[in-house]
Amino acid sequence: MYVAVKGGEAAIANAHRLLADRRRGDRAVPALRLDQIVEQLALGVDRVMSEGSLYDRELAALAVVQARGDMIEAIFLVRAYRTTLPRFGYTNPVDSGAMQVERRISATYKDLPGGQVLGPTFDYTHRLLDPELAAGAEVETPAQRPVEPEAMPRVSAILAHEGLIEADGEMPLDHVPGDITREPLQFPMARDIRLQALSRGDEGFLLALGYSTQRGYARNHPFVGEIRIGEVELELDVPELPFAVPLGSIRVTECQMVNQFKGSAKAPPQFTRGYGLVFGQSERKAMAMALCDRALRAGELGEDVVAAAQDEEFVISHSDNVQATGFVEHLKLPHYVDFQAELGLVRRLRAEYEARENEDKVEEKKEAAE
Amino acid sequence: MRGQEAREQAGRKALMATLAHAEADEIARLWNEAGLPSEAELLRGPETGLVTVRGRIGGGGAPFNVGEATVTRATVRLPSGQVGHSYALGRDKGKARLAAIADALWQDPAQREAVETKLAAPLRAALDAARETRRVETAATKVDFFTMVRGED
Repeated sequence: MYVAVKGGEAAIANAHRLLADRRRGDRAVPALRLDQIVEQLALGVDRVMSEGSLYDRELAALAVVQARGDMIEAIFLVRAYRTTLPRFGYTNPVDSGAMQVERRISATYKDLPGGQVLGPTFDYTHRLLDPELAAGAEVETPAQRPVEPEAMPRVSAILAHEGLIEADGEMPLDHVPGDITREPLQFPMARDIRLQALSRGDEGFLLALGYSTQRGYARNHPFVGEIRIGEVELELDVPELPFAVPLGSIRVTECQMVNQFKGSAKAPPQFTRGYGLVFGQSERKAMAMALCDRALRAGELGEDVVAAAQDEEFVISHSDNVQATGFVEHLKLPHYVDFQAELGLVRRLRAEYEARENEDKVEEKKEAAE
Repeated sequence: MRGQEAREQAGRKALMATLAHAEADEIARLWNEAGLPSEAELLRGPETGLVTVRGRIGGGGAPFNVGEATVTRATVRLPSGQVGHSYALGRDKGKARLAAIADALWQDPAQREAVETKLAAPLRAALDAARETRRVETAATKVDFFTMVRGED
């Protein structure tokens, strides 16, 4: 027999109304506008776009405010929205070498074509809270240096000709890039599918795994070959036009991690690579992604799989924070019937246990008496 | 492909790129100032959908899917018969409609000049100026290394 229990409708409606009120907060404080979030909480918006796997600043900003600043809730909202839209196609692969660069650094080469360009970075700040910002002080306009445009080839391209570093990751020519939004995850998986999962993976989870590789779990001696942030053009092939149609540009962060490699039965000593590419400005995420990408190539490079960061199924199955939060948070939904069943079971087990205990005591007494 | 045809396609693509990058308000403002005709039959959309953005492993290797982006597109037919298309990132349907009309007008030899000079040129100038500003601001953060000699030799 199954008895459905109804109720809570009014409570739920009122809870949502209360949520809306608390979200708005003190009415004497002006309500946030989406453009304020887009402009002034830009990196939070970028994180929602990256892990929500949807590049749309305004939607991400709406999600942030609707979720009261809860990033994973915002990411969840964006993911849900994505499923309502038809798909027009796959863009041509972006060319990060042609990026309009806003930041570009290399930790391996001091002097490289295009140079070290810091851009709007938190690096070298003193991490002191700024009371002037709290007081709403105006900020200076940026300095300008009018110089001739200079090409900024990817560091990997510069390194390649010595032959001591592996090439960009190739796949067989007839390989069609896998798509985790279309096909369920299957293990083992090709590197392209892993990268798609990592690019939308939870920043905190990937950061912790990347950190674990540095601390000795799947040690792989990383250097930042290059990080670049900037806008890349998107183009889409469509049947109605004889050329790839330009869609505009998006900001991405790319990380080329270079790893020392002593060689194995499968590959000679060389520098191997890990790759990170994420929506928006997020070099922490791109770096973590690159560290995880490299660690997950253990099998391909003939390394022993000894640590969590090298375990493809472990990493990829748990990197998606929408799935993770869904399963963890579902625990708070009513489990009354499940729990009643478990309660009955535990009562029975306990009764059996106590009966056994009593029998044993009677037995002991008998033995003592004899 | 013949040279003429290639130039034609390059010009059309350049206009589409400019419109895709431009702000909707800016397109509408210039459109009204130029008095361009906005009468057109909608054949498709404007409709919003997704494109899956692709990157390359290592920057130049095999393609992989990075994530989705919103795109809005439209197709229109002018009373004079030309069919125009537009695609652009974002969800602005008004912009998609105007951009599709601009593409159609551009294909009309009698209108191309007006579209180029009154719409595309000012949009391009504004986009180029914004890009240049960003470039020189970025260039100001380039590190100039120098070496210091310490101690006596």
